[in-house]
Amino acid sequence: MSDKKNWPLWEIFVRSKNGLEHRHCGSLHASDAEMALANARDVYTRRSEGVSIWVVESEHITASNPENNGELFEPAQDKVYRHPTFYDLPDDVKHM
Amino acid sequence: MSNAEIKNLEDIFEQRIANDEKIEPKDWMPEKYRKTHIRQMSQHAHSEIVGMLPEGNWISRAPSLRRKVALLAKVQDEAGHGLYLYSACETLGVSREELYRQLHSGEAKYSSIFNYPTLTWADMGAIGWLVDGAAIINQVPLCNTSYGPYARAMVRVCKEESFHQRQGYEIMLSLCNGTPEQKEMAQDALNRWWWPSLMMLGPTDDASVHTEQSMKWKLKRKTNDELRQQFIDQTVPQADILGLTIPDPDLKFNEETGSYDFGEIDWDEFWQVVKGHGPCNKERMNARVNAWNEGEWVRDAAVAYAEKQEKRRNKSSQISA
Repeated sequence: MSDKKNWPLWEIFVRSKNGLEHRHCGSLHASDAEMALANARDVYTRRSEGVSIWVVESEHITASNPENNGELFEPAQDKVYRHPTFYDLPDDVKHM
Repeated sequence: MSNAEIKNLEDIFEQRIANDEKIEPKDWMPEKYRKTHIRQMSQHAHSEIVGMLPEGNWISRAPSLRRKVALLAKVQDEAGHGLYLYSACETLGVSREELYRQLHSGEAKYSSIFNYPTLTWADMGAIGWLVDGAAIINQVPLCNTSYGPYARAMVRVCKEESFHQRQGYEIMLSLCNGTPEQKEMAQDALNRWWWPSLMMLGPTDDASVHTEQSMKWKLKRKTNDELRQQFIDQTVPQADILGLTIPDPDLKFNEETGSYDFGEIDWDEFWQVVKGHGPCNKERMNARVNAWNEGEWVRDAAVAYAEKQEKRRNKSSQISA
């Protein structure tokens, strides 16, 4: 194809209602942030799925690599003392 | 990587899928898994995009405002579904430009059903009822497929699709409860769309080259023949309610299997259409390529505008700094 500049890819996050977080729902192409918002409205909220939209250009997202999952996430697995069930208390103790 | 290492990674990968784990974009995957997914997901996306054309033909001629807004919303959904699927496909490292290139050059396939013409308003009814009905049967199992982005896109698609089928059936119902001419129009549409809809569920199991691998990767959860039987079994009673006759003299309920036996499908016709010799293959591709080419100046203008705005922003931030 031509060497012309193509519309960049944007990641779309939608808050379904106030009180809930924005959640990733997909991506789309747009020439700028304003158009990304307008397109996201048409593509991802045709049935009142949202009350707020975030758009982020995909190239600005840094993602962890699954190959590093061991060193990143496994250390948490043997830290059972971070969970309340690790601590032995007599059944008589209430409200704890 | 040595062959032994790759084999080991493949074994771990197959085991993850067997355990119903999802595969996400950055996970290691066999090259064949990536390629097969790009092929199937892009074909699916292309089908949604080309699928807008036969129906778009009738938007300006819908018989009432109610029908018009529904058809417009349905076609808009199809654009949306195409976009969900293209963006899911891009997570596998293929660009949107490349996907469009494959479609426009004729290299990529799309569902052959869209190469049939929409001759009367009743075709809008038959497409919603039969084509979307068959699509739903195809798509529901994909909500559980192993590739995360595809499965998530399919959940959205399936949620939105059920209105498509209902609006189609309602059109058929109105026509069947109308004048004799209207009912005849509905019957004619059923006659023309029935067999292509059965073909839409894919070649028979013994002729389908991808089924076995796709079942293993949960890209397919039922075989083409199983899906086809399910479609026939649920559609025949719907035709009865409309008072229409399925155009198959061999169609007969089988007490033993609890399913309908049906006549021979003309697979020659299917392969002819797949190979580009259907009634509208050229017309559809021309319409699509023209739409893309005629939109080029709009895309270029949007890029130029974005660059200008960006420059202005940079300038004013320099001044204020």
